Amino acid sequence: MADATQGPSGLQIHPMDQFVVSPLFGGGEGDVAFYTITNVTLWMALAVLATLLLLVWGMRNRAIIPGRLQSMAELTYGFVYSMVEDVSGKEGIRYFPYIMTLFMFIIMANVLSLIPMSFATTSHIAVTAVLALAVFLAVTVLGFVLNGTKFFGLFWVASAPLILRPILAVIEVISYFVRPVSHSIRLAGNIMAGHAVLKVFAGFAGVLGIGSILPIVAITAIYALEVLVAVIQAYVFTILTCVYLKDALHPAH
Amino acid sequence: MEVAAAAALGKLIGAGLAAIGSGVAAIGIGHVAGNYLAGALRNPSAAASQTAMLFIGIAFAEALGIFAFLVSLLLMFAV
Repeated sequence: MADATQGPSGLQIHPMDQFVVSPLFGGGEGDVAFYTITNVTLWMALAVLATLLLLVWGMRNRAIIPGRLQSMAELTYGFVYSMVEDVSGKEGIRYFPYIMTLFMFIIMANVLSLIPMSFATTSHIAVTAVLALAVFLAVTVLGFVLNGTKFFGLFWVASAPLILRPILAVIEVISYFVRPVSHSIRLAGNIMAGHAVLKVFAGFAGVLGIGSILPIVAITAIYALEVLVAVIQAYVFTILTCVYLKDALHPAH
Repeated sequence: MEVAAAAALGKLIGAGLAAIGSGVAAIGIGHVAGNYLAGALRNPSAAASQTAMLFIGIAFAEALGIFAFLVSLLLMFAV
């Protein structure tokens, strides 16, 4: 990464430079301890603030005829609520607050990261891995607490022929433990790839002179796509959480 | 010295080859979305109730592309 193209015809900006974590108050790039306030901290705090702004400040009037902000808050709430109800079932509603928290944090972090010069917190696997591992651990513990040893029925496909079941059990166990990996890297990879593509096209715009209008048009189109991706990835992360929750509530195949 | 150079070369070639997996995942995602659309046009009244299944299907198809992407990343930055 350090020896990236820096020649006269190379890109002026490295597409991965935007993901560098650096302390806000003094210190160099690598000078980060677990308590250091970095740009990641700032933008995650802003995501929480945006969530509070929408859901607490937006609902302050509790009007019978909602305004624009209250409509947004109510629609978001209803959207996530019906998603949990549809995918996880009636028993899943108990865990709705956590899923709503996940959804709001991820969608706000994704959308805030689309502001030019901002920092994409969800592009870091460290951030999304914590979210995915929390879901994975919670769902596993919940499955064992609610179902006891019946939770192993998740791996024992009762509808398959008897000879196939041990083989399927191995595959099911592997796919179960791979869940947090794919769950976290899906979000991080999509956001990181999208932002890197934007920066690559920005690099083209920097070197093309008058012809830079073409990359700028492309950036505009990709940006629109990225807005879509930001929302869809938050939705996908949340709906997969609901699917995993359903598996924990009803482990039988 | 030549071994190190060959390793650096092979690492990047491997990363590029692993990136093919992302394209293959794209085929899978297109297949899911296309079949959803084909089904939705035949029975539009049932389409709305199956959008969740569409996204779950896309997510599972995408998961395997993500592993290819992960291998690519590991080869470039970790190995």
